Amino acid sequence: MSLEETLPITLTVNGERVARSAPVRQHLVDFLRMELGLTGSHIGCEHGICGACSVRVDGAVIRGCLMLAVQADGADVVTIEGLTESEEIADLQQKFVERNALQCGYCTPGMLMTAAELLKQGGPATRDDIRTFMSGNYCRCTGYHAIVDAIETTLNARMRR
Amino acid sequence: MKAPRFSYVRAESLAQVLGLLAEHGDDARILAGGQSLVPVLNMRLSQPKLLIDINRIAALKGIAVQGDVVRIGALTRHVEVMNSQIVARRLPLIAEAMPHVAHVAVRNRGTFGGSIALADPSAEMPACILALGASLVVESTRGRRVIAADDFFLGLYETAREPDELLVEVLIPAQKPDHVSVFMELSRRHGDFAIAGLACYARFHEQMVQEARLVYFGSETKPTLAAGAMRAITGKPWSQASREAACAALADDLDPIDNTFGSPATKLHLQRVLTQRALDKANERATERATERATVQ
Repeated sequence: MSLEETLPITLTVNGERVARSAPVRQHLVDFLRMELGLTGSHIGCEHGICGACSVRVDGAVIRGCLMLAVQADGADVVTIEGLTESEEIADLQQKFVERNALQCGYCTPGMLMTAAELLKQGGPATRDDIRTFMSGNYCRCTGYHAIVDAIETTLNARMRR
Repeated sequence: MKAPRFSYVRAESLAQVLGLLAEHGDDARILAGGQSLVPVLNMRLSQPKLLIDINRIAALKGIAVQGDVVRIGALTRHVEVMNSQIVARRLPLIAEAMPHVAHVAVRNRGTFGGSIALADPSAEMPACILALGASLVVESTRGRRVIAADDFFLGLYETAREPDELLVEVLIPAQKPDHVSVFMELSRRHGDFAIAGLACYARFHEQMVQEARLVYFGSETKPTLAAGAMRAITGKPWSQASREAACAALADDLDPIDNTFGSPATKLHLQRVLTQRALDKANERATERATERATVQ
């Protein structure tokens, strides 16, 4: 067996500069979880179907399992930890609690990352628009009704502001 | 699962990519958006020796108008195509299809050229560029060549691109003002792989079909131009007789795959349903446009 090939990378994660050496075959979420201990981003399917690993790279939500860590060299990465700390989606997180928009919580970080992009774009959005936008994130516990409720009420509240 | 071991090169120039492809050929894979390649690696369905990451090559990105042609760089991301005013105005078929391409997070990363070079049978973009009669520009150390979309898609994930060639850009004729287009697909959940789908580019005159290109995907091993159905409806008014003739001809034009999404019979049925809906819609759009023109004059 050949040795594990690694590459040095420097990136910004949740506002902090990080320099590490990463195995070239390691995907971004494994790097975030195992190297940096940021376990808020979850690993579900590891082939881009479930959305549990969603993170923000250079301002856009992406599948963390479908990008190699070495590709994030020079990138600005924001995970659910960073999004929580900045309070960018504090209102959305509050609505998730109020509406019981989670059960086991496994999909929740990914749901919030994707919904954050919709909120960033701004309204208006119908319930169908929200469902379409969120269609790449799976919830296997509760269904999507309460999740759509939480996003819709947050979107409407922000539009009134 | 975790990807198997491979070597990785972050290419800084087109010349470097072409050099590596010439050296490694089929042992190398191009890493563009990675939205299809990385899942295949994670599932260990493929074990390339080398990944050539082309994401830093700016020359492969961008959308530009060159006369009557829209040039889309292979590395242009789906989201950029989706938000492009050039595409919205000159390539409404692609604009209509783009929201069906996977989900937000995948469109943010996946590339236009990657989808075409991979030639997944359920992908939307191969069908659209075939319907619009696009050309594909590929490059290798041996030089540059242009391949018509009609000659590019050969079979399941099989294209006319040689192992040492890189798809660099797609040249798409802007849609003509006297033509209309319609894109439709059926999938189990929005953004999932299409079970059946159709890209239609046609010219109508007073309910008569003057020209039509019908490209079917999802059900077939490759995007498929339905020559029989096109012949059956051209030069005739769009009517119940034409609906029936098109549906009958599709039995010979199509050869649906049998898989967990449905039997060949089911898929043929779905494509027939889509054909009628799409041509109804095309006729409606042509009529609307004629009315608009009459109002302006």
